[in-house]
Amino acid sequence: MRRAEHQPTTDLIACDECDLLQRPIALPAGGWALCRRCDGPLYRYTPGSLDRALAFSLGAVVMFLIGITFPIMELEIQGHVTSSSLYTAVQQLWNQDQHIFAVLIAATTMILPVFELAVMLSVLLSLRVQPASTWIPNLLRLLTLMRPWSMVEIFFMGVLVALVKLAHMADIVIGVALWSLGGMMVLLVAASASFNLRHLWEQVSSQ
Amino acid sequence: MRPSSSTAKAFGLYACHICGLVSRPAREGLSSCGRCGSALRSRKVNSIERASAYLLAAYILYVPANVLPIMETQSVLGREENTIVSGIVYLWHSGSWPLALVVFVASIVVPVLKLLAMTLLLITAHYQSGWRPLERTKLYRLVELVGRWSMLDVYVVAILAALVQFHPLATVTPRSGAVYFGAVVVLSMLSAMTFDPRLIWDPAQKESHTHA
Repeated sequence: MRRAEHQPTTDLIACDECDLLQRPIALPAGGWALCRRCDGPLYRYTPGSLDRALAFSLGAVVMFLIGITFPIMELEIQGHVTSSSLYTAVQQLWNQDQHIFAVLIAATTMILPVFELAVMLSVLLSLRVQPASTWIPNLLRLLTLMRPWSMVEIFFMGVLVALVKLAHMADIVIGVALWSLGGMMVLLVAASASFNLRHLWEQVSSQ
Repeated sequence: MRPSSSTAKAFGLYACHICGLVSRPAREGLSSCGRCGSALRSRKVNSIERASAYLLAAYILYVPANVLPIMETQSVLGREENTIVSGIVYLWHSGSWPLALVVFVASIVVPVLKLLAMTLLLITAHYQSGWRPLERTKLYRLVELVGRWSMLDVYVVAILAALVQFHPLATVTPRSGAVYFGAVVVLSMLSAMTFDPRLIWDPAQKESHTHA
């Protein structure tokens, strides 16, 4: 995590997208290495990025805790006021027998982010305490397979579209939870962007 | 591209699909990565067949996804059913044209282009075409990057349905079109994931070997 310079542990890498064999070169901080045949990203050198990933993940946890406890919004239609939190929203969908949608919302806003944060935090924290844990490769594999299905940023855009549609039907008061969920999503995206998987794999194999 | 360039496959080396480690397998076809333990394969197994199956299923479900309503709004003003297209028209007329544009791109442009792009990639890979490999790789990268954004409309329906429950004043209920649409997005994501972009470059590899 605190290596002064990037030392590739493998002397050959193959491009993920075109399979071209290449020799890694030293990169400046923040630099990307691109495949010389197809321009695909090969690897990047991001000094300190794992510390940043840890900071972003911890911030996301705090935001998430606020996000699930407080109301997302209050709606007023003809004097009728209701407030809903993330949890009551999911519960309501489930009670209407809209099980697919209830599961979809619960998975994207609660289950997957919590899982992704838990996996990232346990990898990052255990690397600090005891670098040789044997279960780290399994967690990294899980994270690689799970990543494409994590859609928090799309969910947040969905909230914005839904708010515009609702604004024509009712008076809306946006609750504190909506802002913190938005913050959680931004921090989660930042954390997973800083979570340099290839670099972590190299750390795992050098132990 | 230099003619001397060579792939891992040409050297009998396998690049791990999960962690990227390049290694020489002990026995052909039966090996696992020494670093992460995943099964080692030179190319994704039956990539074209599996990706085509997902794509075909996505094409079929694309029809009900657009024809059937995705949600039903019930209010004091009456009952209204919305399809994907009518939802965009509504946003446009209600003055939020930037959002109408976002939803239009995410729900109409992206899914259609994605289905067409995957069709092109699969057909050219099947016939081992050497046509513009760089451009096709970039197309694949674009499909992988933007494909997930089509889930937007499904989320909008689910969020509205979860929030708007004021019996009997106003209720929003999801309808089957949204489920079909979500299935189209998931199936086309699976199609892109099972497609192996290395297949785009394999014909070029063969050519440079025969010329050498």
